[in-house]
Amino acid sequence: MKQIVVLSGKGGTGKTTVAASLAHLASRQGRVVLADADVDAANLELLLAPRQIEVHEFTGGKLAVIDQGRCMGCGACEAACRFGAIVPNQGDFRADRFRIDSHACEGCAACVYSCPANAIRMEDQVAGRWFVSETRFGPLAHAHLFAGQENSGKLVTRVKQRAREIAQEEVRDYVIVDAPPGIGCPVIAACSGADLALLVAEPTVAGVHDLERMLATTDHFRVPALVAINKHDLNPARAREIDLFCKSLGVPVVARIPFDTTVTEAMVQGRTVTEHADGPLSKELERLWAALLTHIEGAKACT
Amino acid sequence: MIVTVASGKGGTGKTTVATGLAVAVATALDQEQAPADGTVQLIDCDVEEPNAHLFLKPAIQARREVGVLTPVVDQAKCNGCRRCAEVCAYHAIAVLGSEVLVFDELCHGCGSCATNCPERAIREELRVTGVVEEGRSGPIAFAHGILNVGEAMAVPVIRELKRRQAKNGPDRLVIRDAPPGTSCPVVECLRGADYALMVTEPTPFGLHDLRMAVGVARDELGLPVGVVINRDGVGDRGVEEYCRREGIPVLMRIPLDRRIAEACSEGVPLPVALPEYLGTFLSLYRRLQEGVGR
Repeated sequence: MKQIVVLSGKGGTGKTTVAASLAHLASRQGRVVLADADVDAANLELLLAPRQIEVHEFTGGKLAVIDQGRCMGCGACEAACRFGAIVPNQGDFRADRFRIDSHACEGCAACVYSCPANAIRMEDQVAGRWFVSETRFGPLAHAHLFAGQENSGKLVTRVKQRAREIAQEEVRDYVIVDAPPGIGCPVIAACSGADLALLVAEPTVAGVHDLERMLATTDHFRVPALVAINKHDLNPARAREIDLFCKSLGVPVVARIPFDTTVTEAMVQGRTVTEHADGPLSKELERLWAALLTHIEGAKACT
Repeated sequence: MIVTVASGKGGTGKTTVATGLAVAVATALDQEQAPADGTVQLIDCDVEEPNAHLFLKPAIQARREVGVLTPVVDQAKCNGCRRCAEVCAYHAIAVLGSEVLVFDELCHGCGSCATNCPERAIREELRVTGVVEEGRSGPIAFAHGILNVGEAMAVPVIRELKRRQAKNGPDRLVIRDAPPGTSCPVVECLRGADYALMVTEPTPFGLHDLRMAVGVARDELGLPVGVVINRDGVGDRGVEEYCRREGIPVLMRIPLDRRIAEACSEGVPLPVALPEYLGTFLSLYRRLQEGVGR
């Protein structure tokens, strides 16, 4: 079983569009499991019409809770908290003196240890839900992190772990992971254990800048990377810059995907591009999948 | 007025709107009278992939390393009591026999280990995870943060960045350019703001992620919310209908236009590339002021 992660650094470069099409193409040739690692803005399900078969609660971090009956209002907790999560209440001095700002609380429990009255406890927080669903291409592991919650990296790890389990149980060939944008904790979690990373880049100054940081990140975690330039014809000079930069690092550019309004048309109809049309765009995505297979088989030969 | 430009979905044009607004307001003020320091400030809070500097090309005047305070154990004073490992909520400390192991990347810098060590054997040192840079782009005060490659936690860098924020006031404009998504870094960018300006595109992905972002900004944090529809004309009517149903004002529309896409791809602020957008961004600014006043 081989794990391919679709990354980008910059948001909105076409990760999900590419990942969904790869899922379609992979399902025609082998058996595939999908994982949507963008747990705060999960979009793969909008193209795959998933039918849920498993639902699980995700317990993220902990949250401090003040027992107002015991609180003496000494303020030791406020002094101990480095995250500004203990907030003095305004007004009547007999009212509860402090409250917890749940969005600022990092669950460290420094307040618990500082409280001389034992008036603060930590409670588990249900921070989201994760699912296994059936789709027309194969099983999909995905999740919804609740609004504003922490620990997205932990939830991504959970989703990926289940996807791998399914791939092993059902003897499936590929796990395709759709990563979130950025280079921080959920992205690191999405990359971990990947056999191959496909970076979807766009030919803009921001796209080039973000690709450089993304490639530094895959290099840091020693995940072999390939690049696909999306909307390459939008700015040929910047596309060339990406080509040259990748060449200097020895990173193969395996696809040059043209700008095409078919992408949005397919999305509106809830289909992948390769299902929707067989124009130049789909041809290039087919070439991309073939290139990924070659590289993955190459990686297998080396090990 | 502090406006956080957010979106949920990535690549919808947050930085285009944030920089366009900053340039238009600063230009208008410049024509009346030279604006005082900090009248218009842009803070790029997307520390994982900062891009606003590519549009504003600021001259950087100050640079500071930032990070997380992590424990350093004085093994001579340590008696191996394991209290530090017990109090650490992140499993960043383990005690093996007489040796204390610290896993720096897991540490959130809460200080519990140091405070609770009965032997006072732990001191804290700054572990650098990124930098914060400040400078100017013409009349615009600029700040951004850069998370080091391989670091997981964006929030400590964003927090340091917010400390560089100019004084707030009704005649001042602070624009925070947020990262995509709806999790903790986005919450940190929204906290303390007066208005959440959501940039979206009229597609199913744009709508789905807009709803998530509104869930954080309006429903969780209680901020007034308005929408900019970018690439207006593509996709479907979903975003439009959602905004009408929810009573969320659509404050500005940017059509799908090859000239705009090309300008953005080269990092040219929209009002510089297409001067007719000066007025468009100024009316956005007025509507934001009305929105905050209400």
